[in-house]
Amino acid sequence: MADIAAPTTPASEPDTTAAVALGVEPDIHGMVPTPGAHDDHGLVHGGGDHAGGEHGHATSTGLSNNKLAMWMFLGSECLLFGGLISTYMLYRGRHEGSPSPSQLYNIPLTSVSSFVLLMSSLTMVLAVSAAQRHDDRNTSTWLTVTALLGATFVGAQVFEFTEFYHEGLGFTTNLFGSSFFTLTGFHGVHVTVGIIMLMALVGMINRGKIPGNKAEVVEMIGLYWHFVDIVWIVIFTLVYLIPS
Amino acid sequence: MSSEQTELERDISDKVDDVVEPAHGVDEHPAGDHKHGLTDMGYVKVALILALMTAMEVTLTYLHLPGKVFMTILLVLMVAKFWTVVSYFMHLKFDNKIFTRLFYTGLLLACFVYLAALCTFQFFAPS
Amino acid sequence: MAIAERPSPVLARSGGTVLVTPSSSLGVFRRPVSSTGWRSWVFTVDHKKLGIMYGVAAFTFFIIGGCEALLIRLQLAAGSNKVLSAEAYNQMFTMHATTMVFLFVMPMAAAFANYLLPLQIGARDVAFPRINAFGFWCFLAGGVFLNTSWFLGGGPDTGWFAYAPNTSVAFSPTHGVDFWALGLQITGIASLTGAINLIVTVLNMRAPGMSLMKMPVFSWMILVVQFLLLFAIPVITVALFLLTFQRDFGAAFFSVDKGADPLLWQHLFWIFGHPEVYILILPSFGIVSEVLPVFSRKPLFGYKFVVFSGAAIGFLGWGVWAHHMFASGLGPVSVAVFSVATMAIALPTGVKIVNWTMTLWGGKLRFTTAMMFAIGLIIEFTIGGLSGVTHSVSPSDTQQTDTYYVVAHFHYVLFGGAVFGLFAGFYYWWPKVFGKMLSERIGKWNFWLMVIGMNLTFGPMHILGLQGQPRRMQIWTEFRAGDGFFNGAFWNLVSSIGAFILALGIFAFIVNVFLTYKKGEVTPGDPWDARSLEWMTDSPPKEHNFDSIPTVHALDEFFHRKYVEDEETGDLTLVTTYAEIMAEMEAKGDKNIHLPSPSYWPIVLALGLPIIAYGIIFNRLLSVFGAAVVLFAIFGWSLEPSVADASDYDPPVDGDNGESTKELATLG
Repeated sequence: MADIAAPTTPASEPDTTAAVALGVEPDIHGMVPTPGAHDDHGLVHGGGDHAGGEHGHATSTGLSNNKLAMWMFLGSECLLFGGLISTYMLYRGRHEGSPSPSQLYNIPLTSVSSFVLLMSSLTMVLAVSAAQRHDDRNTSTWLTVTALLGATFVGAQVFEFTEFYHEGLGFTTNLFGSSFFTLTGFHGVHVTVGIIMLMALVGMINRGKIPGNKAEVVEMIGLYWHFVDIVWIVIFTLVYLIPS
Repeated sequence: MSSEQTELERDISDKVDDVVEPAHGVDEHPAGDHKHGLTDMGYVKVALILALMTAMEVTLTYLHLPGKVFMTILLVLMVAKFWTVVSYFMHLKFDNKIFTRLFYTGLLLACFVYLAALCTFQFFAPS
Repeated sequence: MAIAERPSPVLARSGGTVLVTPSSSLGVFRRPVSSTGWRSWVFTVDHKKLGIMYGVAAFTFFIIGGCEALLIRLQLAAGSNKVLSAEAYNQMFTMHATTMVFLFVMPMAAAFANYLLPLQIGARDVAFPRINAFGFWCFLAGGVFLNTSWFLGGGPDTGWFAYAPNTSVAFSPTHGVDFWALGLQITGIASLTGAINLIVTVLNMRAPGMSLMKMPVFSWMILVVQFLLLFAIPVITVALFLLTFQRDFGAAFFSVDKGADPLLWQHLFWIFGHPEVYILILPSFGIVSEVLPVFSRKPLFGYKFVVFSGAAIGFLGWGVWAHHMFASGLGPVSVAVFSVATMAIALPTGVKIVNWTMTLWGGKLRFTTAMMFAIGLIIEFTIGGLSGVTHSVSPSDTQQTDTYYVVAHFHYVLFGGAVFGLFAGFYYWWPKVFGKMLSERIGKWNFWLMVIGMNLTFGPMHILGLQGQPRRMQIWTEFRAGDGFFNGAFWNLVSSIGAFILALGIFAFIVNVFLTYKKGEVTPGDPWDARSLEWMTDSPPKEHNFDSIPTVHALDEFFHRKYVEDEETGDLTLVTTYAEIMAEMEAKGDKNIHLPSPSYWPIVLALGLPIIAYGIIFNRLLSVFGAAVVLFAIFGWSLEPSVADASDYDPPVDGDNGESTKELATLG
């Protein structure tokens, strides 16, 4: 019947009161912004989607809401790509009616495009680094370069798909075709979405129209971009380099 | 029953809170501090290493090594590249451990369930 | 009781300089500002309003799914009934299961989570209010989309697990399966965004002092469920994509003639499907873990064990999916591994049952309706859990596969478990959400009709199943029905009668809700003498939930503020009343609380998705239009700050410069 470690003292003052007395405003989290942590616009507004550690609001963990959410999304994406890769692995040998994977794959071309995507991760990280220095010009430049490298990769993929189609492997030809195009297609769509986000971001930075913390937005999209890159690292090895 | 917490309970309780709360509630990287991570030059070096590993991978495919050796080296290189990008470019090495835990939970879970599923298909059985 | 209509005196007192300047609105349109009428609901981002909308929508789907069940039972009441044709019967059981799982239990749990989680952890809203609104509209859009299949050529007819190659166009030529795959894809988006949102909320938005191990068990279970959703939804997403590609784009994934392996679908589906089972039950486990201590007037026995067994169930739930596939020829090693793993799940589940029972032991029990449903869950779920253990034994399972025994098992855990938990939650939190008590008198009728009804409906199915009556067959024959006590005709009739008694129980609940709405008594703020933070505010709560965010010192914080326990005797002494605590919180209330502003974009974005889906089925041009809507909404969304521009607010109150009331006014 005894309760575990019941405190006997009545509630003490919530620590937000002190801050209110100073004229600082708690946001919807009931958290008080840390002094001097105003962002670029000098705002201390609270607010759902853009609230977080990076915004100068203390959260329970001290971490940004957005970043936590992005990492969880990426963790979840692992299971998405895991499923697609497994489907491909299971079906790659079932290629009746088309050339086999090792006959089709153009390793030199794919190696170059993989290298391009890998280097786009470098330019992305340089963009993040520039954004954290509040260097808008370099941020825009590196983001643009990243988008261009990504577009090169997607271009190479479109070329590759066309080649495969001419050599007799369509989406509906056999199990190998369906699973190959689904896996690499999903990846390609992820890259394309990334390119759109990068270009939109460049546009918004140039017009100064980013709600919230600019460096954090760049970092968010950077995380997504790197994730797309690491998925390709896995696909490059498992799909292209290791023949069935 | 005593009103005291048992050792075990206290221990478990501390551990759970440790999962998401930095020790003593102090964040290693206070909000607004973006000084963590490498310098730009450092990132270029990391990219060079990654490029080198990719070159090794591609070269390996032309060497006609025995199957098992070839597979092992390729998989090790793949994991190394993956880890390098995640740790340095995605800052997991410098960031709060929660991010690492969240991401790797998904990754390991994916590896576990899909490898188990492929096993039931006799995928890894010698053909 | 509701004082939300008037500006709080605390807020009205503020007059000092306001440091906050809401950033200028960058959206394409002016933001919605209505504080009354339908607009205040459709564009809201308030977690409480979204919780209520989740609840209403999910309950509507519950009634639809219930009517489908009644039709099934009518058909099976006699051997060769002609209530439903074979085609209609196939659609009926598929939609019954799909509706109950994806459109009732999951969103109803989301309703509770949305409404209560921020209150229980002492937050003013969730971490991403607009994404929260988007999740609700996605769920509704997906659910309505799925149900429109009835009118557009027929519903899905492959069972809720939609085994390949049955789902191929050759075997299921109507568009039903297309609707099923795309509809679940859309509700999946709702679950995934909701999961990310609620996990971030729990991790980041707890009140000062509320460590994870001071969090109420309901919040804990919701956290575990969201992790399960986070990692399970992408697996079903893959499966549904493959299915859509197969049916609508000519891919070969499940074409056996091209060498496809039908087990691929089964694996993908059950890798998702088994965690899904815990996604359905754990919220109800959380609910009874709140209800039992309050009505036993004792702390939950072994709080940590309840929490960890919940987490353990969630964790182990990832390693048991193949027990749904024992009859598919997996091979002896796989079967043995998954069999043992499945048995292991009984351990943490048993821990919970023991803890709940020990909570009741020696308590000052109050048999309210909520309490009765909670006790009902313990008993009925235990029965279902035990028949579940018999499934983990693969030789026994091979006998039971695809018989009514399995139907009996999962209805005991899902109806006797998940649904009873949700009803306990309805009765317990109704005064919290609506400020009025549901009638206890009608509640007792509701409970007893449901208990008798469910045992009469699902109990006989054990016998029917062991006699060999197969699932998913619209007829059964006297020839195979058995004699005497095991006569199938008798038990089928009992089961059908039970289903209508059950329906009567649900009807009693609807009557109760209606009468409460008409003339229910207004409740005090803390009618049950409750323990956790959600009761430490008004009932129903103000828009901003708490006047001041409480600092938490203990598990069951609210209870410990009210009572002090004598260390020697364990006697409780009331030291502070609810009214005193409320007055204290109001006295030091926060000024100028900024709440997230309403937005058009969540609903616009969500409504673009079914347009794309209709387009995939009927005309690809429509998909292009839908994609344009989605893209437009995403841009509108990302250009819109989460807090509205000052000019978007309602006109300020006279003599106050509007500073004090404008935030409240926008919420509506």
